[in-house]
Amino acid sequence: MVEELLFFMEVLVGGLLAGTMYSLVALGFVLIFKASATFNFSQGAMVFFSVLAFVGFMQDFNIPFVLAFILAALLMVVVGLCTERFVLRPLMNASEDTVLMATIGLGYVLEGLAQAAWGVEVRRLDLGIGDFPVPWIADNLKLFISALDITAGLVAAIMIIGLFLLFKYTKIGLGLRAVADDAGAASSIGIPLKHIMLLVWSAAGVVALVAGCMWGARAGVQFALVDLALKALPVLIIGGFSSIPGAIIGGLIIGAVEKVLEVYIGPFFGGAIEGWAPYVLAIFFLLYRPEGLFGEKIIRRV
Amino acid sequence: MMKPVFMTYTKNDLINLAVCMVLSVLVIPSFITTEYWYTSILIPWLCLALATIGQQIVMGYTGQLALGAAGFMAAGAFAMFNLILRVPDLGFVGSLIVSGLIAAAFGILFGLPSLKVRGIYLMVATLASQFFIIWMIDKFGWFKNYDSSGIITAQDIVILGKPFTTPLAMYFVCLAVTTVLTLLAMNMARGSTGRNWMAVRDMDIAAESMGVSLLRTKVQAFAISAFYCGVAGALFAFCYLKSLEPVAFDIKLSFKILFMCILGGLGTINGAFIGAAFILLFPVLLNAIGNNVFHGAIDATIISSIEQVIFGGLMIIFMIYEPLGMAKLWENIKQKWKTKFPTMNIKNLTSSIGKKS
Repeated sequence: MVEELLFFMEVLVGGLLAGTMYSLVALGFVLIFKASATFNFSQGAMVFFSVLAFVGFMQDFNIPFVLAFILAALLMVVVGLCTERFVLRPLMNASEDTVLMATIGLGYVLEGLAQAAWGVEVRRLDLGIGDFPVPWIADNLKLFISALDITAGLVAAIMIIGLFLLFKYTKIGLGLRAVADDAGAASSIGIPLKHIMLLVWSAAGVVALVAGCMWGARAGVQFALVDLALKALPVLIIGGFSSIPGAIIGGLIIGAVEKVLEVYIGPFFGGAIEGWAPYVLAIFFLLYRPEGLFGEKIIRRV
Repeated sequence: MMKPVFMTYTKNDLINLAVCMVLSVLVIPSFITTEYWYTSILIPWLCLALATIGQQIVMGYTGQLALGAAGFMAAGAFAMFNLILRVPDLGFVGSLIVSGLIAAAFGILFGLPSLKVRGIYLMVATLASQFFIIWMIDKFGWFKNYDSSGIITAQDIVILGKPFTTPLAMYFVCLAVTTVLTLLAMNMARGSTGRNWMAVRDMDIAAESMGVSLLRTKVQAFAISAFYCGVAGALFAFCYLKSLEPVAFDIKLSFKILFMCILGGLGTINGAFIGAAFILLFPVLLNAIGNNVFHGAIDATIISSIEQVIFGGLMIIFMIYEPLGMAKLWENIKQKWKTKFPTMNIKNLTSSIGKKS
């Protein structure tokens, strides 16, 4: 009995920690949505683009780790700059769906550019953090939890707290919230819309880079990251599109539920149900709580 | 409810139809003799155009952002395989219709969230259908007749005792099915059904207050869309791939169909054909440039990456400058031509068959 409970705990904790990885992707999405009410479908592509550039700088140009990270982050700022100038500004007054489709196009552009520049083969990313159980926890708590998962959890926690403080207590954060509330009114009282957008997209780019490092260290830096990042969408539906805590809780729920279902129910159906379980969970949330756990009631009921 | 086909069409439409039929039935078969054109371009073009019409119905006409066309195509393809295997009495055409209906059942099931949500929320809900259907086919051996290799060879097409196995014969099968379904789709789009779809798309609350049932209209659109995708998927598997594997219908194909639909022109039937042709032919053109201009100096993977960048870039450009896609672009060119040469009567020749009435 105790062993079963321990096993369940292990599955649950593993799922929760893996869920923080989804949260990291979802976080970039929430950032952009909060500040510009834009559904950025290309967040997954940004994850892929940024981490591939990071690994590419390190492996092809032998640039040291820290410098490569800074370069990749700067690259994401440039991407943010170009996105603001060439995609968002011309679409300022377009409908929500039009902007969403444009970001799907943007995702395609980023995926294509990344592969054209760095090739299509899977690259290994070594962060110096092993993806194996931490001995100390395994000995004392009898739980096998990967060091990488714990790092991802910590990184996510730090970023969430940082972003939360930024939004809540700084002047920039106030500006961001004002723009999200009513872009027209915000710009009429002198909040520089352009700069705010640039800032938000750059921040989302850096968040994408961090998320990409975590995913890349686990699964290798490859195109499949884009599909993995799609799972951030159910996370957002569960957590709410405009809530930073929602992104983290949603990620935890998705991570835990998919792992528990996979381990306990999956075998009856031949496994691999984690491919669709998050989406079905999202549908149930849509039917009963369409605004998500923490979201504002922004959804247009029909 | 449904009027006879020729009643709702103007003289122009009939001329266009005749031109298209002459082109596709007489001109193409007599001038194109290389198999490559049939097996790699014309057949997939017709199949994917049909699937894109399905996407158009739900996205272009009813305004519901759906992203699961490939899932319904897979449902149609595997239904077809099982029907021919287990119910041989149905015949090819019967099986095709029933597999379309099976896909439509899935369409209704996964279209239900559209009653509550829209936009990206609906997109996520339809992603569930994509992943679930593919997983279901993959994991339950019955659908694949317990074939362990993962790839099943599609049965030969036999209609009324006659085999249709040559590329040309398969082209005619695809052509016949696509023509019938395209005419039907145009009829629906122009009739009360399509008016309801567009009313829901343009303003659902107003439509509802005018007495249009949202439930009926949306579920109907999803069902018909999935029917088209299902039939297209069956043809895609039996005439183009000639094999069945769930991987062929992954999310990438769904995105491809979405691109065909949007670049071709939302809310138009001819846009489906233009978009499908563009997405299919553009890579061929790029590869030809790569081989002939640069003599293979550029790696094939780089070419496909460039292709992706161009598709994405075009998507952004169209969203900014012409959200109604290539079909609208074509209309604009025609309009300019007409105002430039008002005396020339080229209207009949150039107005395309799917012109919106």
